[in-house]
Amino acid sequence: MARDVHGMVEKRGAGLWLTHVFMILGVLVIFFPIWLAFVASTVTQPEIVSPPMPVWPGDQFWRNYSKALFSGVNVPVATMLLNSLVMAIGIAVGKIIISLLSAFAIVYFRFPGRNFFFWMIFLTLMLPVEVRIVPTFEVVAGFGMLNSYGGLIFPLIASATATFLFRQFFLTIPDELAEAARVDGARPMQFFIDIVVPMSRTNVAALFVILFIYGWNQYLWPLLITTDPEMNTIVMGIKQMFPSGDDVADWPVIMATSILAMIPPVIIVVSMQRLFIRGLVDSEK
Amino acid sequence: MEKRVTFRGWLLPVLLIAPQVAISAVFFFYPAGQAIWQSLFIPDPFGLSSQFVGLGNFEFLLGDAFYRASFLTTAIFAVLVTLCSMIPALFLAVIADRLIKGSGVYRTLLIWPYAVAPAVAGVLWLFMFNTRVGVVSWYLGQLGYDWNHVLNGGEAMGLVVVASAWGRISYNFLFFFAALQAVPRSVIEAAAIDGARFWRRFFTIVLPLLSPTTFFLLVVNVVYAFFETFGVIHTITAGGPQQSTTILVYKVFSDGFIGQDLGSSSAQSVILLIVVGLLTVFQFKFIEKRVHY
Repeated sequence: MARDVHGMVEKRGAGLWLTHVFMILGVLVIFFPIWLAFVASTVTQPEIVSPPMPVWPGDQFWRNYSKALFSGVNVPVATMLLNSLVMAIGIAVGKIIISLLSAFAIVYFRFPGRNFFFWMIFLTLMLPVEVRIVPTFEVVAGFGMLNSYGGLIFPLIASATATFLFRQFFLTIPDELAEAARVDGARPMQFFIDIVVPMSRTNVAALFVILFIYGWNQYLWPLLITTDPEMNTIVMGIKQMFPSGDDVADWPVIMATSILAMIPPVIIVVSMQRLFIRGLVDSEK
Repeated sequence: MEKRVTFRGWLLPVLLIAPQVAISAVFFFYPAGQAIWQSLFIPDPFGLSSQFVGLGNFEFLLGDAFYRASFLTTAIFAVLVTLCSMIPALFLAVIADRLIKGSGVYRTLLIWPYAVAPAVAGVLWLFMFNTRVGVVSWYLGQLGYDWNHVLNGGEAMGLVVVASAWGRISYNFLFFFAALQAVPRSVIEAAAIDGARFWRRFFTIVLPLLSPTTFFLLVVNVVYAFFETFGVIHTITAGGPQQSTTILVYKVFSDGFIGQDLGSSSAQSVILLIVVGLLTVFQFKFIEKRVHY
């Protein structure tokens, strides 16, 4: 009986095949743009500019990718990759450190102004960088931080999400641990480093995945503050590779760059899938 | 909720919280304050002095046909992006949920587009629909349809919607799939024993059980369409043709940085701040309620 019911709920036989076919079709449609970009990054320019372009990869893989990486259009893509890496890691690590510290202060201490600071941090949840670009740009320019890693990173690490996540987590740490640490005469920072941080490592890792992608995929902010091509990040640099006016874009190199731009975040998302999904669900709640 | 056991002292916690407070003050509150302040002035063309106009910038904006058109464009864009990303995601999640084996593989593959930056997604879709070299536009041409999103506003809108929705399908799929897996098998099996067919079970049992997730995703996707699609618009259409894809965030950028109209750009920032504020409050209210649906 139970087996029959399962048969009604989960598909078997022909129905099962049909389900797989639908699923594969869905995956193919979703993947098509990426596939086409990959194909374009392995063929020659003439093959692309006389449509339709081929649907199977050509033999120009090394040529296009080495051209992109080492000479690029305005600046070698290797430089842009490095800039993106510094920016993404800077944002992820910076956010995690300042939020661990402030969440620890908010949860484990009673001090004057605690509520005020708490609400101040809370309010930053509501201010995406897109809505205050002009004044933020002026602040960063005033500090002389245009075309610098500091200018790329600092305005994006002040966000409340991570602080809230850690606060929620710290509240679940049993009081007995803090009690025991206090009885043993441990100082707060000892307790923080020996107990709280090690206990938070899964949350830290999950958050790192989310924040790395957030940082890597930034577009508007790097576009505004990196006027020097040497400081361009890869995600914003692709658009800069298109010629202005009527010249034909160097499609194989642009598409190779697009593929290079998606490889690091895709590797992180796919290889740390569990942490990624956990981070996604946690940080949205 | 509060801790019973806390540490003493006030200097240490203040030092611990200082980095975040300092960064928030310098890069959030000061610029936000500046935006509000600047929205009350009109600077002269040389940027030497500015004239206080009170709410004049806002009055002008609300009366400005271009700004109202941009509001409407944003609304249409947000609705279309939300629908085009949620419906396919739900469909794929329902299919994946029916498989006992293999759903993990599909999930791994379907996650990919989430990792692709909106600006890169813009370049990929631009490539497929490029009027000169695009594969899709070429085949459309063979079928007798003359695709030209550079001139046709409707086609431009369609393209930025699809490019924006594409990566979000992954995101929505993950949430729908997780929610479907959490639907108790016993409920579904009971309905199956009672003779309810798949689609009937889906609409009468599964869909209502998914409603908290659906509602959550509606809000999150609208926020995404409003604030995180700048890269797509900038790479594909740059707001054109004739402003047909100029969403509000794009207009803040183009008026502030290209048009150098700081008063108006700041006033637009303030209006967006209010929109974000409302959406956030809405989201939090809903999440409070979501616990006991």
